[in-house]
Amino acid sequence: MRVNGAVHPPPVDPRRLLSDHLRHDLGLTGTHVGCEHGVCGCCTVLLDGAPVRSCLMLAVQAEGHDVTTIEGLAADGAPLHPVQQAFHECHGLQCGFCTPGFVMSVVGLLEQYPNPTAEQVDEGISGNLCRCTGYASIRRAVHRAAELSNE
Amino acid sequence: MLAGGQSLVPLLNFRLARPAHIVDINRVTGLDRIYDRDGGVAVQALARQAAVEDSDLVERVCPLLGAAVRLVAHRVIRNRGTVCGSLAHADPASELPAVLLALGGHVVARSNRGERVISADALFHGVMETALAPDELLVEAWFPAFSKPFAVIEESRRHGDFALAGVVRAADRLALFGVAPTPVLADPRDPTRGLRPSGDLEASPEFRLHLVRVLTEKAFAA
Repeated sequence: MRVNGAVHPPPVDPRRLLSDHLRHDLGLTGTHVGCEHGVCGCCTVLLDGAPVRSCLMLAVQAEGHDVTTIEGLAADGAPLHPVQQAFHECHGLQCGFCTPGFVMSVVGLLEQYPNPTAEQVDEGISGNLCRCTGYASIRRAVHRAAELSNE
Repeated sequence: MLAGGQSLVPLLNFRLARPAHIVDINRVTGLDRIYDRDGGVAVQALARQAAVEDSDLVERVCPLLGAAVRLVAHRVIRNRGTVCGSLAHADPASELPAVLLALGGHVVARSNRGERVISADALFHGVMETALAPDELLVEAWFPAFSKPFAVIEESRRHGDFALAGVVRAADRLALFGVAPTPVLADPRDPTRGLRPSGDLEASPEFRLHLVRVLTEKAFAA
């Protein structure tokens, strides 16, 4: 499988979840693991460009596919990805635990709706849980991300 | 059998299911089509719920299916989850089995013994129990063409969560979900007759019966 553009061998154990493989075998700890049953959204990554829960996939299922994690959005030292920049500008995070999942979901949302309505934003982030922000600043960040992406 | 895995993998993660073997069908080619068949829409085993949601054919031929799919979890889940998987999994609180039942659709099951058609009213046997044999793969679901009037309404504690109770209306047919071991057809004038829903931390049996009455009223007022 390709992770953030680099080819990796498949995991040895077919039981390995993609989320555990990314974190434990590849050291990509930016993908967070919260509930491990698909509710919290923290482990969201892109599979061939579309956001999916990495805790609800076996790592071997990603063989032959492209996986993008939060680490793959912007190279070290390079400008932030527009969605990351928008979360930074709008204080779309506090403790940051849920943030990688939100950012990956929003990347997918803006792919689907480059200029999302307020309703589409709410629907788009409804699968991610945040216990700090109360979501208001995250909503603002999504609209700001759309602006930045369209610039 | 692993397709979208959005129900099976949580069961594995919780160790509620401990299968000795899992067959992943994701690399089988030619099993992800959504196409026009016999005046309705056929959805194959690997067609993702997100693809059904975005399908012009579904919107044109069976918009009720499109509306119901949008109530299944969240878009990120629907990017992996499949319509056929929801039907084969047969969770009592799931929308799509009730849609298949309300519309009088069917599924096609295939094994090395051959292929057979199972109608919606013969498919669901109990909680997560179907008429599928262990060696059968649900290769396709078929939904008849249906335009109006329809409604699919559910009540859940959080957006995208399992429904406490839900109703699917297709013209004068009514199917309920979340209130019995399987989806059930009901009389719109007396939707709770014979129902004995279970209670849990989220809703008592009485509250579920109340929801059925209120949601049915809403569905037929639309």
